[in-house]
Amino acid sequence: MTKNLLWKLLFIVGIMLFFLFGIFGVPKGLSGSSLLAALTDHIHLGLDLSGGTHLILQVHVNDAVNVDAQNAIEILKEQLRSRKIDYSDISQPDPQNSPDHVVLKGIQPGARSDLLSIVQDHLPEYDLTGGAENTWNLSMKPSMLSDLKSKAVTQAIETIRNRIDQLGVSEPTIQEHGLGQYQILVQLPGVDDPGRVKDIMQSTAMLEIKQSLGGPFPSEQAALQDKGGVLPADSILLPGHAMPGTADEGQSWYLVSRVSAVSGKDLRDAQPSSDQNGQPSVSFTLTGEGGQRFYNFTSSHVGDSLAVVLDNKVQEVANIKEPIRDRGEISGGRMSDQQAKDLSMILRSGALPASISYLEERTVGPSLGADSIRSGVRAAVIGMVAVLIFMLVYYRGAGINADVALIFNLIILLGFLGWSTIAGVNVALTLPGIAGVILTVGMGVDSNVLIFERIREELRNGKTPPSAVDQGFSHAWITIVDTHVTTIVSAAILFIFGTGPVKGFATTLTFGLLANLFTAVFVSRVIFEWVLSRKQRGEALSI
Amino acid sequence: MEFFHDVNIDFLGKKWYFLAFSLIFSVAGLFSMLFWHHIPWGVDFRGGTLVYVKFANPPDLGAIRTALDRAGLHDPKIQPYDQASLHEVLIDLDVRETSEKALDQGKQKIIQALESNVPANKIDLNNASSLAIKNFLMDKDPMHLGTDADQKYTAQAQAVASYRDKVLGGVFNSFDQLKGAPNVDPSVAAAIPDGFYLSDFGVFNVEIVGPQVGGQLRTQAGLATLYSLIGMLVYLGFRFEWIYGVAAVVTVFHDTLITVGAFSLTNTEISLTVIAAILTLIGYSNNDTIVVFDRIRENIKLMRREKLSEIVNRSINQTLSRTILTAGLTFLTVLALFLFGGEVLRGFSLALVIGILIGTYSSIAIAAPILVAYQDWRIEKGKRPVAMPGKAR
Repeated sequence: MTKNLLWKLLFIVGIMLFFLFGIFGVPKGLSGSSLLAALTDHIHLGLDLSGGTHLILQVHVNDAVNVDAQNAIEILKEQLRSRKIDYSDISQPDPQNSPDHVVLKGIQPGARSDLLSIVQDHLPEYDLTGGAENTWNLSMKPSMLSDLKSKAVTQAIETIRNRIDQLGVSEPTIQEHGLGQYQILVQLPGVDDPGRVKDIMQSTAMLEIKQSLGGPFPSEQAALQDKGGVLPADSILLPGHAMPGTADEGQSWYLVSRVSAVSGKDLRDAQPSSDQNGQPSVSFTLTGEGGQRFYNFTSSHVGDSLAVVLDNKVQEVANIKEPIRDRGEISGGRMSDQQAKDLSMILRSGALPASISYLEERTVGPSLGADSIRSGVRAAVIGMVAVLIFMLVYYRGAGINADVALIFNLIILLGFLGWSTIAGVNVALTLPGIAGVILTVGMGVDSNVLIFERIREELRNGKTPPSAVDQGFSHAWITIVDTHVTTIVSAAILFIFGTGPVKGFATTLTFGLLANLFTAVFVSRVIFEWVLSRKQRGEALSI
Repeated sequence: MEFFHDVNIDFLGKKWYFLAFSLIFSVAGLFSMLFWHHIPWGVDFRGGTLVYVKFANPPDLGAIRTALDRAGLHDPKIQPYDQASLHEVLIDLDVRETSEKALDQGKQKIIQALESNVPANKIDLNNASSLAIKNFLMDKDPMHLGTDADQKYTAQAQAVASYRDKVLGGVFNSFDQLKGAPNVDPSVAAAIPDGFYLSDFGVFNVEIVGPQVGGQLRTQAGLATLYSLIGMLVYLGFRFEWIYGVAAVVTVFHDTLITVGAFSLTNTEISLTVIAAILTLIGYSNNDTIVVFDRIRENIKLMRREKLSEIVNRSINQTLSRTILTAGLTFLTVLALFLFGGEVLRGFSLALVIGILIGTYSSIAIAAPILVAYQDWRIEKGKRPVAMPGKAR
């Protein structure tokens, strides 16, 4: 054996040890069960194999824009008032579809410079246009608008992650999904009943404390009648819980102030507790700044009522007996212990910047996952063994060579998956991923066949074994590169477009084919060289 | 051992037969796509609700249908799933049964419809989450635990649920089975019947896709296929001459058309994984074509005197052994997948089985003749044939 060949062999052994470590780490023993345990530790299974829940959420980013625009309207009104400029109406003509668009009507003539300076100083993220017929248009700068929307998604992801972490789901995946459609992908391994998790994630948890101006009323009409047909300025009607004495589905309505004294942002903590009747409730404390505002509000409203509003629904109304600084309680609505616990957890994790809805929900039960592993592995083993046997029969001596290359290919592929877990990237093995492994075996053998057929051809043309091997490899190499590149291009496109299972398939296929370039060409060639080095000159090659 | 020794088949001479064969299948598939089954999109693409239910006893499909109709579900499709001995049923609801407010309303309706004779104040153990079991145990406290109860009952609840799902395959037939469950405390096994009852079914897999995602995915799948084809065209144009790229892409398009056509003809649903299989086939079918093209390029240099059709024929014959062997071996692995890979991968492996047969056939019967036809056409018009030798060698 030449020194050069020895180095190549050592290199191959080194690579194999590296990837074997990726698969098994340092196993506790060499028995079948401890090897299997090491394997399952290192190879991260996709949701379709491990069982769990897969959700795609839509963030309604327009909600966040809406909040910003309403805030802008308030600022405008306040500024116009303080500069004593008259206006007839400031509102959003289409809050559903273009919430950032605000129209100012009936602005007193000659207020142009004032308006411009208000927008410049207080609303720098908006553009002001128009001016004809005393009507102005205010809309958000496009770059600010897309910033705000993507910020809403990032913030929603953070909030959802907080909540899921507190639920104790292990290894969840929470990430942006799709191509700029404001969607979030959530994968929860081991969760096979997503009902509660879904409710918790979806809850916007927007807590506000407002002044209660009247109610409860049995219906919206009744409230309007009570106020003489027109709601007082800066007040809104919100639904509350069922009124005592009415049917269960009958709702009550409250008239509350539009502005809130404090909101969820001012919360420091929330904990489950029980109210004076011993019913489950949630008590919360406010931050220093929020507490100061709450104190100012309550001290100037002693004798009035305040309403605790959660997600635009009045939870309870209480009389302000004395100024309150930093504590409050949410009770009423007949909460269960679990609900009180969940609500306090949701409040602690912060509010969602926008409402969300579910677009896709998949739950794989653990029994199906286990079945899929069994049948996938069975198909892989059968397919693999069939190919190995065929290569041995058809190519005899060289068949061993191909079989070694194939097995090495498999080790590198699985080792790659194992190393991804060690590195924390967690490339998951999915059911289509197992299919990708099988396909790699089928397609990987193609390179061997190409080379062997070429070597046979060269031998038939009368070349000596060493030069036939040399020619076979160099001619087949170009073809092998071409075929691999085209397949990897397909797989890469799949990787970009696919999710979950399909991504797993694209990954195993791509990496399997890359590994194949190494095993079918380099490893296989070294084996040939080694075999040839042990043969006498002129002795035939078994192929 | 050798299957093909010194073969010399005149493939190009049979091009009209090939054309007829390909036309029949493409047109049949196309007609089915347009007028018969259309493109049978799976739930990933059309939206809807799929609920996979396992029954304790052989399911009565008629009774299930009556129950679902009574629940007011629009035209549910009810079919047996996998092997009959597993008692599994797939219920397929239209996308109308999803809504933005409650995506899973169809699933909830199915579960409610299937639950019958529900005892008051009891929960169905076969459809209970481990959390529900834990909450019951915490309430009841059969093990009389003081501290640490939360953790221990969580473990107990998980042991019960995992025995049901992983060992029994999803459903308890009777509470007696609990006694044999590993890691379940006897007092827990004894207490469970107080709070639970057993329905005769368990839901083991749910797929719900809203209408929005479906449309979005269809666009993406179409784009992915298109980009794949463009990728091939560009790469082959760069490595060979552009006509090689065109021939390869036409060939692959032919393969895709026939594969999708076969799904339409057999009314087999095209799921996301089937699209993955088709994209893989685009790569695979190209492999075959490239191997033949590579040989043509090599032979053009060696056989300067011969006619192109002669060179192409020779090239196909020289690579025939490799083509058939590789296709055969890949086919073998894919067939193993189709036969033993289980129900979930059925559509995926079907696409591969069809595609590998077609892909191998087309590299010989479609790609090479296009190449020759193009050169003949140029010569007829009095131009010189395009310079063939590869430039990128």
